[in-house]
Amino acid sequence: MNVKKTVLLTVSWVFLACILHSAETAGEEQPASKIVYPYEIASWTVPGNDIDRFVLAALHKNGIDPSPQCSDEVFIRRVYLDTIGTPPEPGEVIAFLGDRRPDKRAILIDVLLDRNEFADYWSLKWCDILRVKAEFPINLWPNAVQAYHRWIHDSIRDNKPYDMFVRELLTSSGSNFCVPPVNFYRAVQARDPSSIAAAVALTFMGTRFDAVPETVSSGMSVFFSRIAYKKTAEWKEEIVYLNPAPAGTLEGVFPDGKEIKIAPDSDPRIVFADWLITPDNPWFAKNIVNRVWSWLMGRGIIHEPDDIRADNPASNPELLAYLEKELVGARYDLKHIYRLILNSRTYQQSSIPRTGNPDAEALFAHYPVRRLEAEVLLDILCRISGIGEEYVSPIPEPYTFIPRDQRNIMLADGSITGPFLELFGRPARDTGMESERNNKISDAQQMYLLNSTDIQRKIRSSQQLRRMTAVARGNKTELTRNVYMLFLSRFPTQTELENAESYFLTEGLLFNQGVEDLAWALINSKEFLYKH
Amino acid sequence: MDAKRKRRINSITRMFLAVFCILIMHVYGDESPAGARPAHAKAVIQIWLWGGPSHLDTFDPKPGAGYDYCGPFDKPVQTNVPGIEINELLPNLAKMADKYSIIRSMTHGISGHETAAYIMQTGHLAGEKLVYPSVGAVVSYFKGYDHGYRGTIAPYVILTTPQGRFSEVGFLGSKYKPFVTGGDPNKQPFVVEGIFLEGVSEQRQRDRRQFLGRLDSLGKSVAGNQEFQWFDRSREQAYDVIMGDAVKLFDLSTEKDEIRDMYGRNTFGQCCLMARRLVENGVLYVTINYKGWDTHNQHFNMMRRKLPEMDVAVSALLKDLSDRGLLDSTIVWWGGEFGRTPKVYWEPPWNGGRGHYGDCFSVMVAGGGFKGGCVVGASDARGEKVKERPVYPQDLLGSIYELLGIDPAAKLPDPQGRDIRVLPPIKDGPGKGVLKEIM
Repeated sequence: MNVKKTVLLTVSWVFLACILHSAETAGEEQPASKIVYPYEIASWTVPGNDIDRFVLAALHKNGIDPSPQCSDEVFIRRVYLDTIGTPPEPGEVIAFLGDRRPDKRAILIDVLLDRNEFADYWSLKWCDILRVKAEFPINLWPNAVQAYHRWIHDSIRDNKPYDMFVRELLTSSGSNFCVPPVNFYRAVQARDPSSIAAAVALTFMGTRFDAVPETVSSGMSVFFSRIAYKKTAEWKEEIVYLNPAPAGTLEGVFPDGKEIKIAPDSDPRIVFADWLITPDNPWFAKNIVNRVWSWLMGRGIIHEPDDIRADNPASNPELLAYLEKELVGARYDLKHIYRLILNSRTYQQSSIPRTGNPDAEALFAHYPVRRLEAEVLLDILCRISGIGEEYVSPIPEPYTFIPRDQRNIMLADGSITGPFLELFGRPARDTGMESERNNKISDAQQMYLLNSTDIQRKIRSSQQLRRMTAVARGNKTELTRNVYMLFLSRFPTQTELENAESYFLTEGLLFNQGVEDLAWALINSKEFLYKH
Repeated sequence: MDAKRKRRINSITRMFLAVFCILIMHVYGDESPAGARPAHAKAVIQIWLWGGPSHLDTFDPKPGAGYDYCGPFDKPVQTNVPGIEINELLPNLAKMADKYSIIRSMTHGISGHETAAYIMQTGHLAGEKLVYPSVGAVVSYFKGYDHGYRGTIAPYVILTTPQGRFSEVGFLGSKYKPFVTGGDPNKQPFVVEGIFLEGVSEQRQRDRRQFLGRLDSLGKSVAGNQEFQWFDRSREQAYDVIMGDAVKLFDLSTEKDEIRDMYGRNTFGQCCLMARRLVENGVLYVTINYKGWDTHNQHFNMMRRKLPEMDVAVSALLKDLSDRGLLDSTIVWWGGEFGRTPKVYWEPPWNGGRGHYGDCFSVMVAGGGFKGGCVVGASDARGEKVKERPVYPQDLLGSIYELLGIDPAAKLPDPQGRDIRVLPPIKDGPGKGVLKEIM
């Protein structure tokens, strides 16, 4: 029932939108009142929250108009991709479109935050930042990579409070196989105190060591000067521990300038963690809420998110302070921050800007379009084709065998990679910097998408497409609608339908070639390749 | 301590440097970057023997060392240059030793594949807190699209698969990534990923392209977005390649049969031919990743298979480049990440194998300003140690950069703004450093 109604509604929207659309010329700026079908809806249906207060205040001050609310079709695809790195199944889209509950978006957000893929997808992100990689130049070794990845994954799945998560990473001792968080201190290119301190500053303070004065970096290195490593009889096992050799009283300097004497019988790492993980630490909460914001909103309130320093101010300091307070108030429950951001009107804006103001992006006047991450894109292509990616590790060990049906976002080891992931900018995990992941489209990517045997094979082998073709029995309208839903999580507009149908009539084109070309065209559309 | 002052001084210095560079660029033409010098060589073909070829069984035979070292290969052949002998399974290369030089004293002492491959192709020791770009990426940086390269395909091409464990661009970023062909040039057609698509006619390509343009609803709605503008530009460029001459460039069927036969009708042979076509068409750096040299066991059987194939293809490449007048401007360098243990492992499970060996090994260089007919350095009687004139990876790469007109001390753009040189300082002098004796 609901489906039929939606369709009816959809069709009437199509006509309305077509009339509106034909009046517009692409390339021109659109006045705030005009709603772009099928990406937007005219009036807000979600209540929004405090985030919007801060964002709107800043926009208002700068005379920038925010974008209207994105449509349900846009929202469901966007929120799936942003929260679980997976687009919705056609059935999920149709059910959501038919759902009449006024708070259905909030309900969906809660469902997604509890899905298994939430942990899958966010472990990927954390493994980038924590440099999880078996081989050169970060040598965790395969077994430790698996243990570390599982620990990260489980921490996220169990929604371990963020302060506990960091404390375990900073203060653990033991075997790289049995106490996975010790791998934090192994995932560095050099193991001297200064390199370790730099990794800690980058990861948990969002601060680059090159940007801080010498005194700060050397004062901070003291806390990591007693970490020691030793091998065991087990192959590739390594123990990380506190060096028992007499060290005398150490004099450390915290990044805020406060000096401290560390007694020989206390672990300097714990002293540092105690300083870092406090509600009023100027870096700790700021770093993580700013990162989560940038992961969901495409850009940090402080930008780049791992470049926090005095001369790189936040674009909206009140908003940042608010999020910090919320995180501390929620006892470092990161999902609380996700929920706040995802439920805001700011997040649910359309990606079509209403202004040419150069500050619009930095002040979050619309949702920013972003190319899908390499692993996410590959997962979608594999799912449609029905063929999993094949990985061969340079080091054949039980821990490096990847089953073909494993999702690419679940790849634990940065050393196990393939041509697709390399081409589409998967980070090398050498430095842990956010900028290592490159989501900028390149000529070579375009050539691959437009013209490779690989894409052609993926389309031709797709059982889903074959089934759709069989079911349609030559009905081009139905086929086009289903293919659109499969690739773009929405039904086509009237114009799109007409375009597709007339393409099918191309002289000499067989019906299944038409299907192939429609799938090919949608894979190559911006709407498919981008979060929007 | 005085970081702010340091930064200020730094920025002033940088400003002066920038002004200076602009002046220089003005005087010497607008296309020479800061690190460029007059060049002998225009292009490089890197023949990478993936896994590490045995030096004893190729360019540094040791018949006097006995069976435990040279195995069955105890009758090296005399080359056309008096005094130079190479393995008996390389008769074609033996006839043209005047065209190349052999370095018999390469050393870095590293025996792990990835760290050795890294130092041989970047000139830097692993573990310097930063992953350096390979020679090909450095060449793209100094001589590629930013500096007058006009080719439709990337200036740095890999035939046919990347090395995987080794990120070619390092911190330079994806702009300098090599174009990786995929496919097999020994098959007809050579299916180059992204360029050649079987079973889609030119007409259908055009029809689909139009169709695609009509379906771009989101792109038409989000006007003026920089990301999308970039997208449209890269799509145009991709189509320039797809619909342009690149397809013909990779079509080896246009070569005469006798030329194709001369290189050998196998993947490596046709890769060498493809490399010649690429440099002939202006590509700056071609790497051929030639698998199968990590011969821990069954070593001698493998050599009997691989050496003739390699001999035919490499000699054909040198001859062909020379016949076409391209050898003077094209550097060919042959080598892998290390050599192999001079002493044979006869015992099980190796049963006649050779392990990794970074203390002493050989590299062959030709063309582009390198003299032929010379031997640089020497190993000891068993090929285990460098006897004279050690050549370190940065000496070899420094020489290649010099011939290409790239200053080994030039700066690379570090993501974090530090001062990063192309190569670590080279200790030059008589009998050390850059290979002056053969340049």
